[in-house]
Amino acid sequence: MRKQIEEIAAKILMIGATVVVAGMVVLILGTVLWRGLPALSWDMISQTPSGGYYLGKGGGILNAIVGSILVAGGATLLSLGLALPVALCLNVYFKTQSRLAGCVRASLDVLWGVPSIVYGAFGFGLMLWLGLRASLLGGIITVALMILPIMIRAMDEVIHMVPREMLEASDALGATRWEGAWKVILRQALPGLASAALIAFGRGIGDAASVLFTSGFSDRIPMSLAEPAATLPLAIFFQLGTPFPEVQQRGYAAALILTAIVLAASALARLVSHRAGRFVIR
Amino acid sequence: MTANTHIEVKDLNVHYGTIHALKNIHVKIPNCQITAVIGPSGCGKSTLLRSFNRMLDTMDDVRVTGGVLVDGENIFAANADVPRLRRKMGLLSQRPFPLPMSIYDNVAYGPRIHGISRRSDLDRTVEKYLRMANMWDEVKDRLREPAAKLSIGQQQRLCLARGLAVEPEIILADEPTSALDPISSRHIEQQFRELRADYTLVMVTHILRQARRLADYVLFMYLGELIEHGPAAELFENPREELTKDYIKGTIS
Repeated sequence: MRKQIEEIAAKILMIGATVVVAGMVVLILGTVLWRGLPALSWDMISQTPSGGYYLGKGGGILNAIVGSILVAGGATLLSLGLALPVALCLNVYFKTQSRLAGCVRASLDVLWGVPSIVYGAFGFGLMLWLGLRASLLGGIITVALMILPIMIRAMDEVIHMVPREMLEASDALGATRWEGAWKVILRQALPGLASAALIAFGRGIGDAASVLFTSGFSDRIPMSLAEPAATLPLAIFFQLGTPFPEVQQRGYAAALILTAIVLAASALARLVSHRAGRFVIR
Repeated sequence: MTANTHIEVKDLNVHYGTIHALKNIHVKIPNCQITAVIGPSGCGKSTLLRSFNRMLDTMDDVRVTGGVLVDGENIFAANADVPRLRRKMGLLSQRPFPLPMSIYDNVAYGPRIHGISRRSDLDRTVEKYLRMANMWDEVKDRLREPAAKLSIGQQQRLCLARGLAVEPEIILADEPTSALDPISSRHIEQQFRELRADYTLVMVTHILRQARRLADYVLFMYLGELIEHGPAAELFENPREELTKDYIKGTIS
């Protein structure tokens, strides 16, 4: 009897928690759609702000859309170049119980937990030291630093799932470790690696604090790495911060655009995973 | 001095942490024969096989003393060119592990790594070794399909073809039929018989009857020691050691 009650209580709790979480997703998406969709217009997506946009006049936030994609996309590419070698090294060259690998993983976990505003401040300090102004490049570097630990740890987990024997099979054919890593492990792990890159991209494009000082804000679309770049999270923040209801509405529309970009990236990653996953050994 | 023995094990000791897994193994593996390594679970037969192509490296906390001479070169020497020595040996594991690529690319993986890049050469190599593994007719129309789509028995033969494609002289097999159905197992055993003329085969098996069916030479191991070795007929009919007798009679297993 007691066991049955336990079982029922546990079931109710678990189902309840699942419903709450699923409800949150619906609620968030619902709010953004409900409040943003009416204000969303072609102008918003296709134009840069004209004077007085934040007072309710015409124009759009193309500058922030392009800026965000450039900052987050650039940062994703940059950290991809660093994360892949690290994740491969942790799994292919280090032994499974290597103390150094343990230290690297522990410090990455710490870095993962560091608030993004701290990365913003650190990036800003770095830029001052390098003599950079708030710019696209500054934003890319700072966001790359912020998403790097996320990407490495996600890739680390994915590569860790590749059966050891697969690498041994490559070794046994007289391949070097590098060849095994590059030609076998990467192919086996590719779908997961695409998801890892996507998670990092999503985190990067949605973050306001890291780009606050480092990429600046501008009404124009940046034409070089040295120009400041507007970003969507800051655009949302500025619009919601105005006292004008119609501008606030546009803030929700901008949030909707941001969500749509993340969803589109997610769909792209799934497509890549699906295509690359054809050869994966399960 | 050792020019005519492909594999010679000299005073080999392997420790995993505090476990002494192989104790003073000293043996020459005869060329162009099937050598079966038999013994109860945990006797070190897999460890011995894995030491031949130095697959122990990937494990944690392994210490090795002594050596394994592959064509006279110690593969455990600090300056050994391990990938080059491994190339002399094909490996079949308990479960087949095809590579995450097409059937064709699986067989071409080794040759490509070792510098064959001309399309026509690769085509010829792939066909030759798939034929040698008796699966060309089954897969010739689906070479571009993922290897994962093959049945497990076909996968094991694909792994054999993949190993043969790097043109080894030695084939190491670690219980190569233990994951296979009886028909696929028979395929593999038949292939081993065919390969015996040109290759030195070493097979770990826990199936005594399989050893009887296939082996020309037998190594019997027990708790990390090589108890007895000799030609199969001799060892199965007239074992010298009590432990070997007990194992063959089935008193211990």
